Amino acid sequence: MWGYYVALALRSSARSKALTALVIVLLAFGVAACMVSYAVFRATNSDPLPARSSRLFMPQIDNFGPSPYGDEPPPTLSYTDAVALWQARKAGRQTLVYPTTWGVASNRRWLPAMSMDGDAVTADFFTMFDVPFQFGLGWTANDDARHASVAVISQRLNNKLFGGKNSVGHEIQLDGKAFRVTGVLGSWNPRPRFYDVGALGRLSAFDDAGDIYVPFARAIDMKKSAKYDLCPSYSRDLGISDWNRYLHSECAWIDAWVQLSTPGDVQRYREFLRNYAEEQQRLGRFSWPPNVRLRNLMDWMTHLHVTPRVSTLSMLVSASFLLIVLVNVVGLMLARFMRRAPEIGVRRALGASRAAIYRQLLTEGAAIGFVGGVVGVALTLFGVWGAGELFEPKIARMVHADASLTAWTVLLAMAATVVSALYPTWRAARTPPAWQIKIND
Amino acid sequence: MAFSRTFMQLRPIIVALGRHKVATMLIVLQVALTLAVASNALFIVATRIVHLSRPTGTDEAHLFVIRNTWKSGQTATQVDADIRTDLDALRHVPGVRDVFSSEAYPLEGGGGLLVGLKLQADQTTRPRLAITYFADDHAIDTFGISLVAGRNFRPDEIAAIGPYDKLAPPVVIITRSLADKLFHDGRALGKTVYLPAGPTTIIGIVADLEGPYAGSTTRSIDEDNILVPARYVDPDGGNVYLVRTNSTAMKPVIGAAMDVLSKRPGVRLIDPEQGVVTLSEARERGYATDRSVALLMGILSGLLLLATAGGIVGLSSFWVSQRRRQIGVRRSLGATMGDILRYFHLENFLIVSGGIVLGALLAYLANIGLMNIYELPQMPFYVPLLGALLLWLLGQVAVWGPARHAARVPPVVAIRAG
Repeated sequence: MWGYYVALALRSSARSKALTALVIVLLAFGVAACMVSYAVFRATNSDPLPARSSRLFMPQIDNFGPSPYGDEPPPTLSYTDAVALWQARKAGRQTLVYPTTWGVASNRRWLPAMSMDGDAVTADFFTMFDVPFQFGLGWTANDDARHASVAVISQRLNNKLFGGKNSVGHEIQLDGKAFRVTGVLGSWNPRPRFYDVGALGRLSAFDDAGDIYVPFARAIDMKKSAKYDLCPSYSRDLGISDWNRYLHSECAWIDAWVQLSTPGDVQRYREFLRNYAEEQQRLGRFSWPPNVRLRNLMDWMTHLHVTPRVSTLSMLVSASFLLIVLVNVVGLMLARFMRRAPEIGVRRALGASRAAIYRQLLTEGAAIGFVGGVVGVALTLFGVWGAGELFEPKIARMVHADASLTAWTVLLAMAATVVSALYPTWRAARTPPAWQIKIND
Repeated sequence: MAFSRTFMQLRPIIVALGRHKVATMLIVLQVALTLAVASNALFIVATRIVHLSRPTGTDEAHLFVIRNTWKSGQTATQVDADIRTDLDALRHVPGVRDVFSSEAYPLEGGGGLLVGLKLQADQTTRPRLAITYFADDHAIDTFGISLVAGRNFRPDEIAAIGPYDKLAPPVVIITRSLADKLFHDGRALGKTVYLPAGPTTIIGIVADLEGPYAGSTTRSIDEDNILVPARYVDPDGGNVYLVRTNSTAMKPVIGAAMDVLSKRPGVRLIDPEQGVVTLSEARERGYATDRSVALLMGILSGLLLLATAGGIVGLSSFWVSQRRRQIGVRRSLGATMGDILRYFHLENFLIVSGGIVLGALLAYLANIGLMNIYELPQMPFYVPLLGALLLWLLGQVAVWGPARHAARVPPVVAIRAG
């Protein structure tokens, strides 16, 4: 029976080629626009650590005090607060992170010295964030305590410096000091770059991960500062006259992360943060009541608005486009089915039930939707391929088509057509048999 | 004559539309949604294009920037001497017009130092925020900006400044935009303003110059800049050299400049890929998001309008085919081909007008929603009006084919179809 309906659909499409082609083209464009936008949206909204993100939290402490811009604490911690939280060890695992740049020299004479980005982190960084290693491992808590000159480098840097060979135990020169490589990362490029986006800002959320990881305490010893910082005032002299004063100032530039497994742990940590801020108030450092936050990874990403606006905006406009296409398709399907009123009248007179008419016309809708979907897949692939022209390179690079995107495109097109065909079908199925025969006699 | 003949048809058109309520409503709805979405999307395109074509005020076509990082282990005195040697060497490179050293450059996307400026030392109201460029007596010529009042820095006013030094220069030059914001009477020259670390005198005012943050994020202080007479000496960091060339063919000059800098090894690191940026590259990079938004919204609006036009063509053809007999009757009763044509054009005009009324309302509501989410400015009323004109035109063009088809229906159809 379904095969017969499809055959009928084909025959009727052949009779009104232009109208059918119009519906198919409209659907294909509407669906493709949606799917390309969705591919971008999916890439920019993904969870960088699906298995762990709900257990990773980002503590914030207000060390700036009330401001006319709202009561949100700064997105990063001051050195004082960061180290206090780290030393308190109230979470299962904790790490401090800040982005910094290193001058890398190699003993390969033909390779010029390079300036490379990386992060100063603590030992738990690698285990907490499930960082894959190609060779070796991260350093130990003991190395943190000893301010050891050890480093973890990326695959990219290992390829440059050591030609991709296992470099664990070898030395590299960072800012003119020797560091022993303890590990080489496997391919690791979390999107968004969640772990230091608080310090880098949301516009850097989709930058590539850094190449050099060095113990936090060692980087501080070397007076390495973060790329950006936030200070409590731009109009008051903060009295920062040397590195040591800067370090112990209220300028904020460090991201802290804690791993908390149960809701109880989260509750206890929140209380700990409050108590800490209260203590700072008692000590006279803060002249305001505790103002702390503890957001998990994905809430933190939402709060920072890391999703580029262009991706939500294009999703919104594409969805509106599809809606307009659907209204259009309803009209065109209405025209299509009304034009066939005589045929439907005859089929009804020959004994076809209303349900049969429904089945026939909706099958026809689905068949047209399928063709529209297939054309839409081609357009979607074209759009994803051309994403580099439409979106910024660093966003376009993450966009890809896969089987699920293809399947969704076809399904969306079919569902859209069937939905748009509902009203026209209902109208057509009401065609009384006798009336049509009388008119066309 | 034709005009009154057209309007005599109003009543029959409205009666006829009443018989096709659903189809009419569908076109009205479609036009309304198209107007709402397209006018907002095209408004976004327009705001982005305005934003990304802002001039920096500088001679962008002749400017490039070298980002220089010092090799560690040098003292501040050594670095200061390095900068002076570099400046001297770069100024003697053939093809170079002028050079100065700073900490940031226009369209960089960050890097400038923010300072609050007060008019009184004990001012309690919010200070006026501005962005600094460290500069010297060559900065104005290198940027290619013009001094509109006062004087340039003198070489003896340029002092070395480190990351932990107090920012308290005796004199500064500010942009006209900042001058107008600080002093509403337009007399900023010679006045004293207070930087966080102390007072300073405004000795010069330059015309437009954008700060380093200018780019895809909109800030109200992009034009509010201070030139501070200082060489930025940071042994743990670096500086940038802004270089203005004589000709737009910058490649050979860049090559020669890099050769000169690499003559003294062991002093610096310059990233081989990203160490040198021309201002036009910086512009492309800085406004990448805006370009992407404008392009996407433009394409989607175009598709949207095409889809709507397609829908009008489709439904109008259907109507014409349904009304062949009626048209035949009218033709045999004396209606001219022009009458039939006008009938369909007027009918389309009425339907589109209905859509436009509804669509203008939706466009306005959508704009309010977008203003909340995307910091979009309020849409001026002429944007939906232009959209409406576009849709009227689109409707008339789209219906032209089917209407012509209808006008060609011979009167004899009336008799034949009986």
